[in-house]
Amino acid sequence: MSSSNEAVGGDFDSEMTVARRIQLTLHRFPWLSSLAVLLAVVIGFSIVNERFLLPSTVSLMVQQTVIVGTLALAQALIILTAGIDLSIGSLMIFGQMLMANLAVSAMASNVLPIAGQNPYLAIFLGILAATAFGALNGFLIVRFGLPPFIVTLGTWSVFMGLTLILFKARTIQGKEMPETMLVLGEGISIGPFFLTFGLLLMFSLYAIVAWALRNTAWGKHVYAVGDDPVAAKLTGINTNGVLFSVYLVAGLIMGIAAFVTIGRVGSASPNVDPMLNLQTITAVVIGGVSLFGGRGAVVGALLGATIVVAVEMGLSLAGVDQAYRTAAIGVLVIIAVGIDQWIGKVKI
Amino acid sequence: MKGRGLTKRFGSVTALNGTDFDLYPGEVLAVIGDNGAGKSSLIKCFAGAHPPDDGQMWVAGEEVSFKSTQDAREHGVETVFQTLAVSPALDIATNLFLGREVRKKGFMGTFFRQLDKKGMRRMAEQYLEDLGISTLQDITQAVETLSGGQRQAVAVARAAAFGSKVIILDEPTAALGVRESGKVLDLVKDLKNRGLSVVLISHNMPQVYEVADRIHVQRLGVRAAVVTPDTASMNDSVGIMTGAITVPQEEQQLSAS
Repeated sequence: MSSSNEAVGGDFDSEMTVARRIQLTLHRFPWLSSLAVLLAVVIGFSIVNERFLLPSTVSLMVQQTVIVGTLALAQALIILTAGIDLSIGSLMIFGQMLMANLAVSAMASNVLPIAGQNPYLAIFLGILAATAFGALNGFLIVRFGLPPFIVTLGTWSVFMGLTLILFKARTIQGKEMPETMLVLGEGISIGPFFLTFGLLLMFSLYAIVAWALRNTAWGKHVYAVGDDPVAAKLTGINTNGVLFSVYLVAGLIMGIAAFVTIGRVGSASPNVDPMLNLQTITAVVIGGVSLFGGRGAVVGALLGATIVVAVEMGLSLAGVDQAYRTAAIGVLVIIAVGIDQWIGKVKI
Repeated sequence: MKGRGLTKRFGSVTALNGTDFDLYPGEVLAVIGDNGAGKSSLIKCFAGAHPPDDGQMWVAGEEVSFKSTQDAREHGVETVFQTLAVSPALDIATNLFLGREVRKKGFMGTFFRQLDKKGMRRMAEQYLEDLGISTLQDITQAVETLSGGQRQAVAVARAAAFGSKVIILDEPTAALGVRESGKVLDLVKDLKNRGLSVVLISHNMPQVYEVADRIHVQRLGVRAAVVTPDTASMNDSVGIMTGAITVPQEEQQLSAS
């Protein structure tokens, strides 16, 4: 890292303090701080409690990141454009309820006329609906120039309401569904570790999106739009098109997350977790993606989601009460935003 | 580059009131005028940043209507905006190619749309070297870590590297020190020597008189006069700007000098 620091510092190398070097390095690679935090958390908790690093514990922790982790990828993409998506949880829940209700037999379904479909068609239609809802968010933001915060606050309620209207409030149990619907909860054992297909799918999604952000013009434009939309427009970027595409892709990822969630939870419930939207924001912020847009890497969101789970697990193994754990995550978020601000102040 | 009867309104404010504009090949045309005279509005029409409400524009004899900066670029017109329009968090090479990225050849480029990052960096270094810009050493450096002058250099280099006919510079020296301003003016002369036309908007009279072949004076949304540094003194130009002096049509320099 020292060579890149010197390059950034130019003539001022001799005056650089250690803090300044750290600040500059983090400025280039904001997810490094998340990685350091994750390592510190893992080392810390494994000293406190040796059960923390047991393969069974690690497997469980990794599996627990899959829902928030997959959704955080969608959230990270949107936050990179200086937007935010509060509808993320209820959009995903709509997708999974649609999938589940389509796939089950008429007796188990809450919506008789559409029940009993081929599970592949059900999954496809569920993902398609989520993509369409993501596109709807994008359309409202781009076409009417409404702030993403307000649009998605509204659609969060709308999607949740639609879910309850169309699919009632009844959970569809795993045993009612065809096995295909639960396939992402299955997996392979590598030694003592258990890796679900859902996790593999999540890792693949991260790899694809990270690659696209780094290696395509679209990726550069996502950063440019989040960084300074006026400048991006003046350089000839179709800023509205970029924004719309991001919300659409995010919807697609949420649709896939719906399928992942059914596999992970083993059922389709409208009450999965109404606070999923806030959890994804937590993961993204802890992962070093700036809420002001244009800075950070999506891999940070995955690190952030893992940190949240690791802290929860570590504190729970240490016998800390749930209420304190919740508070601890809150402190983590505030520290993460503080670091984000500090990195953002870099000036030469 | 030519404009006739260009009009631009922002709500009830008329920024351009049927103004004309002429730029000839290979010349440096300065555009001066008081604040609110419509200098920026005028060049933004040609930059593609906003289309005029009325009037016609031609580039190289072809009538054009620019809906975006991309349209203007396709006609060889590049602009350095007053705000520079660079993305602070992105590096210099990425900024130079923003909106016109180069893809890899072959399958990875056409099917996966992978960018040729190495190629773009190499080209970016070449452009900077050709333009004699030595202040930017590491092109993988984020633009926000640069000084004001260096940022200006990035924006100017971007326009100069890709502009094939016209380079428009909106207040390029406003934020710069004496030495850095001198470099920008050298670059303007250099662009002219390469056969490009340059439109320079500036408040700085000595700089205008140093590089301009002709001076377009904008006043109250219309072209008040076109003079040359030889036919009108700085005081005359200021007089035209404020309306104290009017120049008869036959004394103006409406054709190339």
